[in-house]
Amino acid sequence: MELRGKAALVTGGGRGLGAALGEALVKRGARVVLVARHEEPLRAVAARIGAHALAFDVGDKESAHRITGAAAALVGPIDVLVHAASTLGPLSPPQSGGATSRMPFLLDTACEDLQSVLETNLVGPFRIDKIVGGSMALRKTGVIVHVSSDAATVGYPRWGAYAVSKAAFDQLGRVLGAELGEHGVKVFSVDPGEMDTKMHADAMPDADRATLARPEDVAARFVSMIENAERIEPGARLIASEWRPS
Amino acid sequence: MMAGHAFAPATFARPIAETRLLVVDVASRSFREAAPGDLPAFFGLGDVLVVNDAATMAASVLGTTERGEPIELRLLSLPDDRGELDAVVLGVGAIGANAPDQETWHTPTEKRPAPPPLAPGDRVLGATVLRASASRRVRLRFEGDHDDVVASLYRAGKPVQYAHIPAPLPLWDVQNVYAAEPWASEMPSAGRIVDFGALDALRKRGAVVARLTHGAGLSSIGDAALDASLPWTERYRIPEETASAVASAKRVIAVGTSVVRALESSAAAFGAVRAGEATTDLRIDASHELRVVSGLLTGMHDPTTSHADLVSAFVPRDLLSEASAFAASRGFLGHELGDSCLILRG
Repeated sequence: MELRGKAALVTGGGRGLGAALGEALVKRGARVVLVARHEEPLRAVAARIGAHALAFDVGDKESAHRITGAAAALVGPIDVLVHAASTLGPLSPPQSGGATSRMPFLLDTACEDLQSVLETNLVGPFRIDKIVGGSMALRKTGVIVHVSSDAATVGYPRWGAYAVSKAAFDQLGRVLGAELGEHGVKVFSVDPGEMDTKMHADAMPDADRATLARPEDVAARFVSMIENAERIEPGARLIASEWRPS
Repeated sequence: MMAGHAFAPATFARPIAETRLLVVDVASRSFREAAPGDLPAFFGLGDVLVVNDAATMAASVLGTTERGEPIELRLLSLPDDRGELDAVVLGVGAIGANAPDQETWHTPTEKRPAPPPLAPGDRVLGATVLRASASRRVRLRFEGDHDDVVASLYRAGKPVQYAHIPAPLPLWDVQNVYAAEPWASEMPSAGRIVDFGALDALRKRGAVVARLTHGAGLSSIGDAALDASLPWTERYRIPEETASAVASAKRVIAVGTSVVRALESSAAAFGAVRAGEATTDLRIDASHELRVVSGLLTGMHDPTTSHADLVSAFVPRDLLSEASAFAASRGFLGHELGDSCLILRG
């Protein structure tokens, strides 16, 4: 897809991969709307990169149509949708007892916390896919990208709620990709790899940051995938570091 | 839809599978009931169904004038780059403990008190009145960051509520599956039964589903003279691919009266349906000779509405009346979110 002049909606746009991706899309000439819960950092990013900002919670059902309606009012029908927003769920306070992660074991995860992680990481994006996907299918154009994680495919201890949500999110992309593929809409999931972001620091505070990818570099790969979306299988799950543009 | 028979209103947004479809074949003067899922079976190669892909705005916003008088704004458009929009001002009962929001929002427009008079320079909901007409129509300007103004209106607004639907009607219940830009003050509801399954089946059958965007306005304002003047001038945009699909179609089926208005207006103005953006104040009734559209998917409405006038351009009055009696006898529901009717002329 040629990005110049296209309308893009990026959730989780207040920081990390979402913000970097927003900036990369703006540089390609797209009209970008960033969505995030926290208004101040979102505004600052949007003002810096020249994007629109909508402060809403993607996990809230009533917000879904407000996000998509306001976004379409600002930039027109959405051509590119990227779900970069996600939550790890509640974290325990930093502790000295030897734990390397602040994420809880599954048996220590409250049922409600699993539900709320699914709401933000799975059901919220599903709602927005559902709203935007129909218009894309009618217009026979569009790219939807689900940001995944290797936790979706590997049973890492302490990543339970997040991992479950990402595995389901991959499958949402697979089925939606199959359903929308013949209508000219490409849906795929991407594992961005380990990045130097606040989310990573929250999950693994002791990680060596030198080994982590910069979100800007990963965002460039995402943009290349979107530009070459016609080469990607419907519903595919890609790994960012393995992407070769040609 | 139809002359002579009033339909009981739908009282909630029913699942599509529970809605009903009346099919009227004008050439054979016959009509029958079909399931909504049967819709694609009526179409195939050479047929072009045109939908209105306008999303429904959160067009109903409660607030006050600077003098503290409560009003309801019904938005006709969202703010443009200058923060300007068009709206209709409605009166409301007292807002507060005695009249919870839900009650106020559901009071039929014709039972509302008249809105307070507004003049240029007045302020409502934080916006400045630029123009105000006796028709209760205002042009407002909101100051401040454009993104914030749009987001604030979405936070404060709800879709236009209907007196016959008692539960709060969320935006979720008033969007078509293919809706994109929020141009519609009320749902272009004929498309409600065209779900993704229908889109998919229509394309597999070789029919083309094309789109235009039409800023469908308000269905009622609550003043008899004003209501009789509806629909007002509305804007529409026809994409290039729709104009060419229509040009080579054997049959063009409009999904909703707003599509009829846009296609017939374009053809009347330019000789044939032309791509681009324009406005229309065309009123279609039995005397209108349809140039483009030969079929219509629409809802069931009472005979006194401009909707019924438009339908009579497709169906002779006597057939309309017979089909209407049949549907009423089978318990079809009317008004917004009611049952559906497919009219085929050939």
